[in-house]
Amino acid sequence: MLPFTLEKATDTSGAIAAAAAGGRYIAGGTTLVDLMREEVEHPERLIDINALPLGGIRMEGGDLVIGALSRMSDVAADENVRRLHPLIAESLLEGASPQLRNMASMGGNLLQRVRCPYFRMLDAACNKRDPGSGCAAIDGLNAGHAILGTSDHCVATHPSDVAVALVALDATMSVRGPGGARSFPVEELFLLPGDTPQLEYRLVPGELIGEIRVPAGPYARNARYLKVRDRASYEFALVSAAAALDIADGVIRSARIACGGVGTLPWRMRECEAALVGATPGRPAFEQAAQPATRGARPLHHNRFKVELLPRTIVRALEMAGEVA
Amino acid sequence: MKSRHPTTGKVTRSGAPAARPGSISRREVLQLAGGAATLAAIPTAPATAATTAEQATPAGTLRLVVNGEPRELTLDPRQSLLDVLRETLDLTGTKKGCNQGACGACTVLVNGRRVVSCLTLAAMHDGAEITTIEGLGKEGELHPLQAAFIEHEGMQCGFCTPGQIMSGAACIAEGHAGSPEEISFWMSGNICRCGAYPGIVAAVADAAART
Repeated sequence: MLPFTLEKATDTSGAIAAAAAGGRYIAGGTTLVDLMREEVEHPERLIDINALPLGGIRMEGGDLVIGALSRMSDVAADENVRRLHPLIAESLLEGASPQLRNMASMGGNLLQRVRCPYFRMLDAACNKRDPGSGCAAIDGLNAGHAILGTSDHCVATHPSDVAVALVALDATMSVRGPGGARSFPVEELFLLPGDTPQLEYRLVPGELIGEIRVPAGPYARNARYLKVRDRASYEFALVSAAAALDIADGVIRSARIACGGVGTLPWRMRECEAALVGATPGRPAFEQAAQPATRGARPLHHNRFKVELLPRTIVRALEMAGEVA
Repeated sequence: MKSRHPTTGKVTRSGAPAARPGSISRREVLQLAGGAATLAAIPTAPATAATTAEQATPAGTLRLVVNGEPRELTLDPRQSLLDVLRETLDLTGTKKGCNQGACGACTVLVNGRRVVSCLTLAAMHDGAEITTIEGLGKEGELHPLQAAFIEHEGMQCGFCTPGQIMSGAACIAEGHAGSPEEISFWMSGNICRCGAYPGIVAAVADAAART
């Protein structure tokens, strides 16, 4: 690990000023410490933000508000999260391991780096790590890579599970930075790789995530997160689907679907959602609704199976959500 | 001549181990061998290692309560909690498996919660209470989960066992040991390459039932 200085931030303004001057935030550290040890990341100045008042989970006018420093395990176990947004709890428990969930913060989860093996392999080409060096994954081992939102410069998937659930539920997030405070949908946090895959998040240097806000919605009852992977737990998704249905009198009034493991960012499936409005919950409607999911897919040599697996995962998640499985 | 390892902060001798003929412990031999192996495994290391040792950031002071005992340490901010436990405090029960947070061999309790000690910087835990495998049982008396691991043969080579037991103790305390399926899910952060999982699950279930 290369040398760095470590400072403990005691107030938010001080932390933002330090980060705007080149410091790097650290909370749980589960991504950053690992990548620093591999020398993929080499910040010279770390700002420990754990003492800042950015934790806690609360209800506010029907909205669920999750502090960015809340740990994954605490959010998953929170009574209001489990009761009102079981999709969030389920997606959190399907991610990482109990130990990592005790450590990792919600803000850090959203900002975690990709798990593409070539990203952490210093002698491999990677445009994210070393812009302009190329992408070893495109012609390499790419079974775990994306089929949606890829470019000729990067095909890595965004690894977060809970981000998929948050995007499905129209969550927003607030950030504070040197230029002031702002809020925006979680979905807009993520950038497509395009020809600048080294830029992953729509944040300016020094911006600090304050809280994540999940609006009240009709999806408490019929919502499930299905994660398909190479082993039953503690593994990243090959394909995952967050599916939420608002069903009244046997008819779907509205639906929310987002997928992980297939896109370079958490992928909202709006065409699939629209196709479900007014439909009767059941396999015929679900299969038809899942068809647009792979539109524009660009499979690679080893991940062609995802083109078939993605709609099937959506159908199964919808069946689980609609309790018709 | 002594030098400080750039990452572990451990003081090592660059020449032959000093005096005390015949008194070098198995542990010291392993430490010396381990150091050499680490350098050899990193092709780009020689130049970097020399540079980082010279540029090492100033050491800070850290207070921990480890297994009930207050400790005050000076350390390099690069030291993981795992390295401080093993190399500075000589609590070698906690194992370094993957050193990437993937295997769970380094699981300890920080303020009662299980974490992987390899992925956290020790300097970020000032004032924390740490429990390692050495502090789980009482003097001369095994913790019930330790006894259950022996009874159910929850191990073969034993390398993952301290992490399995610390994780298992937390799993029981969290209330996540109600069925074999639940135990498997909540123990999934601990890998056993020997495949002793049936014994591990049985041990956790047995100890949970007795708690």
